[in-house]
Amino acid sequence: MQSVIRRPRHIRPAAPYTRRDPAPSRLQYRWQRLWLTPFWRFAIRVLLPFALLAGIAALVWSDPLRAGAIKAHVSAMQEAVQNRQEFLTTTLSIEGASPDLADAVRKKLNVTLPMSSFDLDLAALRTAAQSLPAVAEAQVQIRSGGVLRVQITERIPVLVWRKGEHLILVDSEGHPVAGLHARSDRADLPLIAGQGANEAAGEALDILATAGPIAGRIQGLVRMGQRRWDIVLDYGQRLMLPAENPIAALDRALALDQAERLFDRDILAIDLRYGPRPVLRLAPYALTKRQESLGLIKPVESSL
Amino acid sequence: MSDLYHSQRAMRDMRKAALQRGVIAILDIGSSKIACLFLKFDESARARGIDGVGPMAGQSNFKVIGAATTRSRGVRFGEISMMTETERAIRTAVQAAQKMANVRVDHAIVTFSGGEPRSYGLAGQIDMQGGEVSEQDVARVLAACDVPPLGDGREVLHAQPVNFALDHRSGLADPRGQAGGTLACDMHLLSIDADVVRNVLYCVGRCDLEVAGIASSAYVSGVASLVEDEQELGAACIDMGGGSTSVSIFMKKHMIFADSVRMGGDHVTRDISKGLSVPMAVAERMKTKHGGVVATSMDDREMIDMGGDSGDYEHDMRQVSRTELIGIMRPRVEEILEETRACLDAAGFDSLPSRQIVLTGGSSQIPGLDDLAARILGQRVRMGRPLRVQGLPQAATGPAFSSAVGLCLFAANPQDEWWDFEALHSPYPARSLRRAVRWLRDNW
Repeated sequence: MQSVIRRPRHIRPAAPYTRRDPAPSRLQYRWQRLWLTPFWRFAIRVLLPFALLAGIAALVWSDPLRAGAIKAHVSAMQEAVQNRQEFLTTTLSIEGASPDLADAVRKKLNVTLPMSSFDLDLAALRTAAQSLPAVAEAQVQIRSGGVLRVQITERIPVLVWRKGEHLILVDSEGHPVAGLHARSDRADLPLIAGQGANEAAGEALDILATAGPIAGRIQGLVRMGQRRWDIVLDYGQRLMLPAENPIAALDRALALDQAERLFDRDILAIDLRYGPRPVLRLAPYALTKRQESLGLIKPVESSL
Repeated sequence: MSDLYHSQRAMRDMRKAALQRGVIAILDIGSSKIACLFLKFDESARARGIDGVGPMAGQSNFKVIGAATTRSRGVRFGEISMMTETERAIRTAVQAAQKMANVRVDHAIVTFSGGEPRSYGLAGQIDMQGGEVSEQDVARVLAACDVPPLGDGREVLHAQPVNFALDHRSGLADPRGQAGGTLACDMHLLSIDADVVRNVLYCVGRCDLEVAGIASSAYVSGVASLVEDEQELGAACIDMGGGSTSVSIFMKKHMIFADSVRMGGDHVTRDISKGLSVPMAVAERMKTKHGGVVATSMDDREMIDMGGDSGDYEHDMRQVSRTELIGIMRPRVEEILEETRACLDAAGFDSLPSRQIVLTGGSSQIPGLDDLAARILGQRVRMGRPLRVQGLPQAATGPAFSSAVGLCLFAANPQDEWWDFEALHSPYPARSLRRAVRWLRDNW
C-alpha cells in the first residue's frame, strides 16, 4: 500500500528485514542429492559421453561402404603428408668408402630416389650395407635437405689368403674383404694359406712382424691342422712353429740363425714344435755327407 | 521396552556405518531455527589407534565441512506441529549444508528439546558368584535395574549407566575386569513422549535421511557448554531456546537429571508483539536489537521506532521507549527463570558440591540476563558458549548453537548407553543343561 504522505527519510523505520528462505521442492532436493552421488556423477559425466561417442563411432563403422570411404580418406591424407617436399629424400651420399666400394654399396642399397623419408627403412638399408664383405660398419641417417647419408667404415686388407684355387684379401681380424685375380696384384701383402688360416690372421701378423730379419725370404705362412703355423721360406725351407707360444719359438730360431747361420744351411725343415729341442731335417745329400764325415758310412764311388 | 531396545540398537549400528563412511549430518531441530552441520571424520586419527577419547576432548578427529541454518517452520515447544512445514525446513538446511560440503550425506543424528523429558534414577544389583566382571555381567546388572512405570506413550530416550559399585566400592566408571561379589549400578533414564520421537523420525525419513541416533538437547548442550571441571564437580546447563528451555544437571561427567520448561524466547517475542501490537518479525527485531532485562534511566530517553505499513500516520510513526520494552520482556524472562529454578529445586541441585549454573542457548544473549539469573538461580552463574570445533563457521559459534555443537561431540564419542551392551541371553537353557549334566555325572 502506498502511503499518502511521503515520510521524511530520517524518521522512516527500516523495513523489518526477513531473510528470504525458500525451501527446495522435494524433487529439487532429490535431484541435488542424486548429483552428489559419486557413481551417478561419474556415470553422467564420463560414462555417458564415452558410451555415446563409442555408439556413434560403431554406428558409422558398421556400414562397410562408409568405413571404406573413411579408410581411403585417412590413407590419402597420410599419403599427402608423407609426400610433402619437406619429407622428400633426394640424394644418397656415401662417405668413408673408396669409389669402387661406394659403387658397390650404391648397387646393394638399391634405393630409387627421390623417395619419401617415411618409406625408407633405415634399419634394412644398414643391414644391406653391412652385408657387403668390405664394409666393417655402416651408419645410415637422413639429414636435413633430403640427404640419405651412409657413413661406411671400410675393412682394410692386410693379408692374402690362398684358399684352394682362390685368392682372398683378408683384414686384420680375418674377415674376407674381396677376391683377388692374381697374387701379383697385391704383391705387397703377405700370403697365408691353409684351412682356417684367416681365423688366426692376428697371430699371423704377429709372427710376420717378429720375423723381420728374414722377411725377404718368407714366401708365406701355412696354417697346419687349424692350430699352428709353418713359415715357408724360399728354397722350400719350412719353419714349423708350435701351437703354443709361437713368437718365442720363432725368436729362438732367429737367434740360432744369427749365431749359426742356420737358415743358410742345407736344411729342409726346422721343427720347433718341441720347445726344449729343435729338430733339423737335413736334405738327403747333406745327410749322406754328414754321415761320411763322421765315419759312419763309407763313401760310395760313383760307378758313373 | 524391548522394542525400543532394538530400535536404538539399529540406530547405533547405523551410526557405526556412518562413521565408517566418514560423514554424518547433525540436525538440531529447534523452535526458532534448524541447524544442520556435516561432520567429516578423519580416518587417520582412527588408524593411528588413539585409545579412549584422544586429544582435544575427541574433537581432533572430526571436522565440520558443511553448516547451514534456516528459520524453523512448524515447530513449537521443540516439537513438530506441522509435518510438511518442518520437513521443508529440514530439507532447506540439509540442502544448503550439502551444497557447502559438496558431499551427500545419508545418516543424520537428531536432537530436539520437546517431548517433556522426564528423568529417573534407577538402581540395580546382581550377585557375581565370585569372579571378574565381564561385559555380560554389565549387561546383566543394567537389565536388573527396576524400571518405574513411564506412563502411557512414553519411550526411553537415554539410559546411561552413571555409576557402578562393586561390593562396598562405589564410583567406578568401568568395572570390567575387576573382581567382586556384588555388582550394583545406578542408571539415569530419560523418558520422552513417543509420538514426538515418531514425528521427528518420520520427518527426517521424508528427507531421505536415515536416523543414526537421537539425543535430548538438554544433554547435548550440556556436553558442549560445560567445561570439564564443571561436568566433574556438578553443574547445571540451562539451554534457553526459542520454544522451550532445557535444564540438565551434570555430575562426575554424567548427566544425572534433565527437564525442560516449555517457555523460551519465542514467548518473549510474542509478549512484545501483543503488548505493542506489532508483527512478530518486528517484535523479534526489537527484542534482539534493543532488548534487555535491566532498565536504567538512560533507557527512558532511548526511543525505538516500531514502524508499520498500515498507511495510518499515527499508527506507523509509533515509538516506544526502551524501558517499556524491558518492562514487557522482564516478567517473562523472570517467569522462565523461576520455572527453571523450580526444576532445579525438584532435582535437588542445592545439595551438589559445586552449584555452577551455565546459561546458553539463543535467548541467553539478552543483555543483563546474567544479573537477573544470578538473583533467581544462585550466585554462580556464567554465560556459556559451545566448545570450539574445527571447521565451524564463525556464524555458528554463538550460544544458539550449543546443542548442535554438543551433538557433534556426542557423535564423535557417544556415551555408553544401556543398549550398547549385548542383549542378555536367557540363562535358562544353559543352566538346565548344566543341571542335566550334573545329574548324569552324579548318577552314572
